[in-house]
Amino acid sequence: MKLSEKAEEILEALWIAEEEGGAFLDPEKISIPADDPAFTELTGHALIELRQGMVYFRPEGREEGRMTIRRHRLAERLMMDVLNIRGEAGDYKACQFEHLLNEGVDAKVCTMLNHPATCPHGKPIPPGECCAEARALGDLGVVPLTEFKSGQEGEIAYIQTEDSKKMQKLMAMGVLPGNRILLMQAFPSYIFRVGFSEFAIDTNLAREIFVRK
Amino acid sequence: MATCCGKQSKAPANSGGTKRVALVGNPNVGKSVLFNALTGAYVTVSNYPGTSVEVSRGNAVIEGGQWQVIDTPGMYSIHTITEEERVAREILLHEAPDVVVHVLDARNLERMLAMTIQLVEAELPVVLVVNIMDEAERMGLKIDLDLLRERLGIPVIGAATARKRGLDDIRSAIAGYRCDAGNPRRFAYSRLLEHDINELAGLMEGEYVISRRTLALLLLQQDEEITSQVAHREGEGYPVIAEKVREIAFQRRESFHLDLSLERKEIVRRMVQDVFVAPRERVTTWAERFSRLSMQPLTGIPLLCIVLYFGLYQFVGVFGAGTVVDLLEGKFFEELFNPWITGVVKAVIPWEIIQELFVGEYGIITLGIRYAVGIILPIVATFFVFFSFLEDTGYFPRLALLVDRVFKRFGMSGRAVIPMVLGFGCDTMATMVTRTLETVRERIIATVLLSLAIPCSAQIGVILALLSKAPGALAVWGVSMLLLFVVVGFLAARLLPGEPPMFYMELPPMRLPQFSNVVTKTYTRMQWYFLEILPLFILASVLLWLGKITGFFEKLVDAMTPVMAFIGLPRETAVAFIFGFFRRDYGAAGLYDLQSKGLLDARQLTVAAVTLTLFIPCVAQFLIMKKERGWKVSTAIGVFVSLVAFGSGWALNKLLLVTGLLV
Repeated sequence: MKLSEKAEEILEALWIAEEEGGAFLDPEKISIPADDPAFTELTGHALIELRQGMVYFRPEGREEGRMTIRRHRLAERLMMDVLNIRGEAGDYKACQFEHLLNEGVDAKVCTMLNHPATCPHGKPIPPGECCAEARALGDLGVVPLTEFKSGQEGEIAYIQTEDSKKMQKLMAMGVLPGNRILLMQAFPSYIFRVGFSEFAIDTNLAREIFVRK
Repeated sequence: MATCCGKQSKAPANSGGTKRVALVGNPNVGKSVLFNALTGAYVTVSNYPGTSVEVSRGNAVIEGGQWQVIDTPGMYSIHTITEEERVAREILLHEAPDVVVHVLDARNLERMLAMTIQLVEAELPVVLVVNIMDEAERMGLKIDLDLLRERLGIPVIGAATARKRGLDDIRSAIAGYRCDAGNPRRFAYSRLLEHDINELAGLMEGEYVISRRTLALLLLQQDEEITSQVAHREGEGYPVIAEKVREIAFQRRESFHLDLSLERKEIVRRMVQDVFVAPRERVTTWAERFSRLSMQPLTGIPLLCIVLYFGLYQFVGVFGAGTVVDLLEGKFFEELFNPWITGVVKAVIPWEIIQELFVGEYGIITLGIRYAVGIILPIVATFFVFFSFLEDTGYFPRLALLVDRVFKRFGMSGRAVIPMVLGFGCDTMATMVTRTLETVRERIIATVLLSLAIPCSAQIGVILALLSKAPGALAVWGVSMLLLFVVVGFLAARLLPGEPPMFYMELPPMRLPQFSNVVTKTYTRMQWYFLEILPLFILASVLLWLGKITGFFEKLVDAMTPVMAFIGLPRETAVAFIFGFFRRDYGAAGLYDLQSKGLLDARQLTVAAVTLTLFIPCVAQFLIMKKERGWKVSTAIGVFVSLVAFGSGWALNKLLLVTGLLV
């Protein structure tokens, strides 16, 4: 089933409304007029129902909404993490891009991004099958240091930063690919140990150190 | 085999020529301790990375020869990133020392050897000191220095400079350094990298202090300073080199820095095999346990409160500003010394005007010396004891990481906590320390906050004494300071252009401070403080005396009367503000006198105390500000601070009048 872009946007809006604790979506709150054919399309597929002018999920629709929001947030991650398009431009591009992420492309992107759990705005990305498989295999892959729990030890995989001075600073501190790293504490700052030295860094720097379990 | 001698001065040690030895190494490995041991001079030593921001030089007689010892700021690599590192490398590049002593931390041998490799590669006359052996041994680490010496081909000495261990060996290694005696190894990189290096080095023709091999690598790392130096030396041949650099840099654009670091890491890894043996079980020391407690918010924040309560409130506040001040100022000066000296001066000097200069209301002795020694000295001394002790335990970096998140809201990283805490001792000294902050933006914010909302210990002492009779007034004063700190910091973080700061810091192990070190450190700081303030106090006394006899002072007070009226204060307060221009604490002490005379009510006292605390930094701080930030920025800060001070005074006065608090 391939939905129109507008229909997907309605599903997303409804998903977000539910995520925020609502039971339904008020069509007036989105930019798509209530008489838009997209609504008919969705009711036709028995994904949503309209009661007293409000939009509700049907069970099948909720699953569809889940996958739609997943694609949207994966696209956001892709824009930010890989293509480095941030802010409004990133949001806008993500909106266009998400519609391409069907028929298995989402799983590929998700794996490439190492099954991210949240979008750049901090909202959860509903896990797909690929995520469940990765979890079953216990394959953590390469994650930023921020994803480690305190007490967890791993190996530094790479450093990802555009600021070459920052990278050299980190390398001078002993943050070099191949070195063992032990995260000792994650709040209020990240404290880690490499060799016999301990260091404290802020979240922004911790995000740029990628580690493998 | 390349020799390291060619470029160094060849004067033998005993022919009268002074030779030079430079101490280099990562931050916080004990360079300054070694410097002190060699020269007998004193540089502030601390358990805080990055404290030697300036180069210290001292003379030493080492095994009969005259040497100049140069202590450099910490550097991580010969490819420099920060200002301090640049300063350190400058010495290696331009002063061509006869011996370069690389000091490193035994526990981090593997990580820090990377720089030894670079120094040897540069064909500098390197002696390696593996320091802090005592703590390494306590952790069960075994280091085979003989094997290391053999593999590096340079003199290697194990030491624990803080415990005076290995000093003689270091001395004889320096004095006996013969460039041809050692057999420095050449550390081979991968074939590809070697090819690139050789190609570049082959193009160079000028004379340099460091090897062409190192220069080639630095050129490839796009080191600006080296690039311009090579451009200068090579002259016409340079465009060819530049072209080659561009070509190789482009080919390796993906990850040159990383590749190089990894290659060096591999060289070091092979080198330390069998040299460095760590026990399988990590030994957790009590210091590490304590360190953990100080870093976790749940235990760290209560600990901070305990430190502040006992250290600042009980020791500095109650003991220093209370007991000792009462004793010195109240008993000694008021009852004994001042009456006595007044008698003496009056007997010796017949002219009343000159008598006034020394023992009058604003006399050099009765006012200047009394304030400086009776009030300021005990407070500042106890504060510096507290600060030096804490510094040596290694607590500050832990405090920095604890407050980093909060400080980020004020546009500063956790690092700024050091100048901020020091500011409670002396804002002038703290303004100097803002130099250790990473970005200019951060330094400016820290300078503004220091000159505005952080009262120095002398001020706090006097203000505590002043307001202690009215707890409400003290609370209003405290809240006002805190509020301004938060508001100004918050606004500065949003309004000042530039990148938000990043925070990274090496955490030195926690140690129990050595008594002698705390004492010497306190002593040096006191000395600095007194050389700085005593002349100012005396100058202030002289100026006030001059102002008084010429009538200028009266005019100034008259001129300031409207300003005083504006914030609801009697005209006599102007005197305190005029004092305050010389030193803020001096001004506060002036208020103290006014209050004793019963000229101020609780509201006025509070308004005056708040305005004065915020008002223009003392002259010394302003001068340092000018030196550190340039006159434009410091003038802007000065104007800003004055406006905020009187603005807040006015607002607070209105608020207190309307609400009727403190009546």
